[in-house]
Amino acid sequence: MKLTKNYRYSIVALVAFAIFLVLANSFFDAFTLRVLNLCAIYVILALSLNLLNGFTGLFSLGHSGFMAVGAYVCALLTMPPELKEMNYFLVPIVPFLKNLTLPFIPALLLGGLAAAFVGFLIGAPVLRLKDDYLAIATLGFSEIIRVLITNAQTITNGAQGLKGLPRFATTYAVWITAGLVTLFMALPLRSSYGRAMKAVRDDELAAEAMGVNVFKVKVTSFTVSSFIAGVGGALLGHMITTIDPKMFTFLLTFNILLIVVLGGTGSISGSVIAAIVVTILMEALRFLDEPMNFIFFRTEGLPGLRMVVFSLMLMIVVIFRQRGLMGGKEFSWDMLREAGAALARLGKKIRLPKGGRNV
Amino acid sequence: MTLALFLQHIANALSLGSLYALIAIGYTMVYGILRLINFAHGDVFMLGAYVAFYGTALLALPWWASLILAILCTSLFGIGLEKVAYRPLRDSPKISIMISAIGASYLIENLAVLLFGGRPKGVVVPELLGRVVAFGSVSIVVVSLVIPVFTFILLAILLWIVHKTKTGMAMRAVSTDVEAARLMAVDVNGIVSFTFGIGSLLAAFGGILWAFKYPQLNPLMGVLPGLKCFIAAVIGGIGSIGGAVLGGFLLGIIEILTVALLPTLSGYRDAFAFVLLIVVLLVKPTGLLGKRQAEKV
Amino acid sequence: MSEIMLSTHGVVMKFGGLTAVSDLNIEIAKNEIVGLIGPNGAGKTTAFNVITGMYNPTSGTVSYREKNITGYKPHSITELGIARTFQNIRLFKELTVLENVLVGCHIGIGTGIFGATLHLPAYRKKEAEARAFAMDLLSQVGLESVAREKATSLPYGKQRRLEIVRALAARPTTLLLDEPAAGMNPQESRELMDLIHRLRDEFDLTIFLIEHHMQVVMGVCDHMYVLDYGVTIAHGDPASIQKNQKVIEAYLGVE
Repeated sequence: MKLTKNYRYSIVALVAFAIFLVLANSFFDAFTLRVLNLCAIYVILALSLNLLNGFTGLFSLGHSGFMAVGAYVCALLTMPPELKEMNYFLVPIVPFLKNLTLPFIPALLLGGLAAAFVGFLIGAPVLRLKDDYLAIATLGFSEIIRVLITNAQTITNGAQGLKGLPRFATTYAVWITAGLVTLFMALPLRSSYGRAMKAVRDDELAAEAMGVNVFKVKVTSFTVSSFIAGVGGALLGHMITTIDPKMFTFLLTFNILLIVVLGGTGSISGSVIAAIVVTILMEALRFLDEPMNFIFFRTEGLPGLRMVVFSLMLMIVVIFRQRGLMGGKEFSWDMLREAGAALARLGKKIRLPKGGRNV
Repeated sequence: MTLALFLQHIANALSLGSLYALIAIGYTMVYGILRLINFAHGDVFMLGAYVAFYGTALLALPWWASLILAILCTSLFGIGLEKVAYRPLRDSPKISIMISAIGASYLIENLAVLLFGGRPKGVVVPELLGRVVAFGSVSIVVVSLVIPVFTFILLAILLWIVHKTKTGMAMRAVSTDVEAARLMAVDVNGIVSFTFGIGSLLAAFGGILWAFKYPQLNPLMGVLPGLKCFIAAVIGGIGSIGGAVLGGFLLGIIEILTVALLPTLSGYRDAFAFVLLIVVLLVKPTGLLGKRQAEKV
Repeated sequence: MSEIMLSTHGVVMKFGGLTAVSDLNIEIAKNEIVGLIGPNGAGKTTAFNVITGMYNPTSGTVSYREKNITGYKPHSITELGIARTFQNIRLFKELTVLENVLVGCHIGIGTGIFGATLHLPAYRKKEAEARAFAMDLLSQVGLESVAREKATSLPYGKQRRLEIVRALAARPTTLLLDEPAAGMNPQESRELMDLIHRLRDEFDLTIFLIEHHMQVVMGVCDHMYVLDYGVTIAHGDPASIQKNQKVIEAYLGVE
C-alpha cells in the first residue's frame, strides 16, 4: 500500500515537472530559460562524476578533459562548412573535417563515444593507481587534453575556439537527456553490477576476493562516466554556442565536484537536487561580484566573492557533514514526511516550554 | 645556439629548478606525514609573495623586513590552514581531505582576488638583485644566481633540522608510522603543525624569490607552479625531501631546455610536466627516490 | 584416495630482503579441515594471500585440483572455487548485511551489464534466486533478522559470521578462514567450532583455517601445519602437534 502511494507521488511529481518545462519553454525569458537548462546539463555532469567518485570510489579529477573531447567532436560534426570556414580564419581546417556534417543526435552520440574512447585509453593504465595518484594523473591528462586542443590549430582552431555553434541544446533536448541519464544510472546501480561497483568502492581487496573483477568494473565505470561527461560537454557547448579550451579548466571539474559533494557522493537524487540548487545559486549570487547598491552606500564590485562563498560552502560541508545533503541515501517521500513530522514536533516543543509532553 | 645562450639557459634552468624545489619540498613533507596532497600549497606560495609586496608597498618596510614579515605570516597561515581544513578530517576517507584541500585552494585564490584585486601588480625588485652581471659574453641577472645559492642554504638548514635534531627525528618517525610515533609519546599534532610551518616558510621564500625573478603578482600565480611542483615532488619520489629537490631541478631544467632547443614545442610547455608525471606514475609510481608503500591485507 | 583440493609446492614469498614464507608445501584433501598455526608474524596470512592470488609468489606453485593457479588474479581464483575471509574484518561498510552477501553471489549472477541495466527477465530470475540463496545462508547463522541493517551496525561476533556467510555465497568448494575465532569468548568459540563442522558437512566444503585459538584448532582440524618465521616447522594431527617440541619452543620460547 505504502509503496503504491509513493509511486503515485513520484509519477505526479514527474508529470508536474514535465508540464512546468513545457510552460517554461514558452514563457520564460531567454536568460531564465538558459539557467533552467544549465541545471539539466549540470545534472548530467554531476551524475557522471558521481558514478565515478561516489559509486565506484575512484577519485578522478579529469572530468573537464572528457567534456572538452565531447564538446569539440560534437561541434566539429554539427557545424556546417560555411561556419567552419568563418571560424578557422587564422589557419584553415583540416580538409576532411570541413565538409563533414551530421545531424545533432548522431553528432552528440559520437561526441560521447569519442570521450568514452579517450576515457578507456586513459583508464586502462591509470586505474591501477591509488587514490591520490589517480587524482593527479587524471588531472594531468585533462590538462594535456586541453593543451593539445589549444595547439591543434587545424583541427580545433586552437585558442580561438569555435563560435556560433548551432543551437541544438533545446529545453527538451537537455532535459530528456538528463532524464535518460538518470534512468540509465539508477537501473544498473540497483542491480548486481551496481552492488559490485559499490563493493569496489567500499573495499577493493574484499571485492576482488569475492570474485568481482575489480579492474573491469573500474574501467567500465570510467568509460561510461566519460561517455556521459562527453555528452554533457557537447550539450554545454551547444547551449553556450561557443567553446574554447579555456572553458575546460580544472575550475569546471571543481564546480561539478562541488555539486557532487554537496549533494552527497553515492546518492543520485542528491546529485540531481544539488545540481539544480547550485546552478541556480551560482547565477543568483552573481550579484555578489557586481557593485552592490545598499540603501545608504554602494560597494564596488567584489569579484571573487561568489567563488569564496562557494568554496566556503564546500569546505563546510566536507568538514561538518561529509556525507553531503543526502547523506548517501536516496530521496524518498518518506523522508519529506519524516522531516515534516520532526518540524511539527519542534514546533510543539517551542510552544510548550515548561514540561511539554515528552515526544 | 651559442655557448653564451646555452649557459644563459642553464642559469635560468637552475634558478627555475631551485624555485620548483623550494615549493616541492613543502608538498613532499606534508604528503610524507599526512599522505595528503596539499592543493593549497601553491596558493601559500602566492600569499608569501603578496605579503612581502604589501610590506614594502603599504607599510614602507625595507625589503628584508618585508621578507621576514612575509615568512612569518605565511608560516602561521600554513599552520592555521592545517588546523582548520585538514585536522578535523584526519580520520575521514582520503577523498574528503582532498576535497577540503581543493576547496581551500579555491577559497584562498578567490579571497586573494577579493582582497588584492585580480589585476597583476608589478613588483619593485631590490636594486642589488636586479643588476645584470656579465661573465664574458654571458649576461645573467643577479637574482638568477642568488636563487640557487639561497635554495641550497635553506636546504642545508632543513636537512640539518630533519636529520640532526630531535624534532626532525620526530618528523621522520611520524612520516614512517603515525601510530607508532604516537605511542612513543611524539606530539603528532605538534609535528604536523611544525611540518606545515616549515613547508609554508619555504613556499614563502619561493614566492618572494619568484617575484624577484618574474616581477609580476597575480592571485592565480600559484596555480600552475603549484601543480608543477607537486608533479616534481611525485617524480622525485613523494615523501622524500631529496626527491623533491631532484624533481624540482629536473622539471625546471627539462622545461627550459626543451623550449630552448625545440622552440616549436613552446606551446606545449605546460604539458611537459604532466606528460612526465604520467610516465613516472605508470613506470615507477614511487618516483625516482621513493620507497614502496605496501598495504597490509 | 580423496581428491587433493589445494596444494602448494615450494612456495617462497619474499618482500625485498624479508622472506615471509619459505618453501611452503601443503596438501589439503577434500572435506578435510586443515589448520595453519604459528606465532604472530609467522607468515600465515601471507601464505593465504599467495594462495588466493593477492601476491605472486617469488617462486613455487599453487595448485587447485591439479590445476596450476599460480599468478591467477584473485577474482579468477574465487570463480574456480576458493573463497576466503580476512583477519581484519573487511565488510562492505556502506552496504547492508544482505547486500554484502549478494556481492558474494555476483559471480553466480553474471548476466553482464546489459542484462543488469535493462533488468531483463533472465537477469531478474538470477537475482531472485540469489536473494533467496543469500537469505537462506543468513538464516543458517541466525542473521536473517538483520538482513536490511547496515553491515557495520552489527556487533563484532556477528560481523565475523557475516564475513563467513559472504564467502559461502560465492559457492566455493574450498573455504579459507583467517582467524575466524579472533576476539571470541569460549562460548562463541564453541559455536564457531560447531559452525565449521556444519559448514563442512552441509556445503561439502574443504576448509583451511588460520587460527590462534588453540581450543578451536585442536578441536576441528584433521591435521595442521605450523609456521614460524615463514618456515614450516611441523605438520601433523592435533595430538602430535601438541607434543611437538619445536612447536612448543616456537610459541613459548626456549628456556
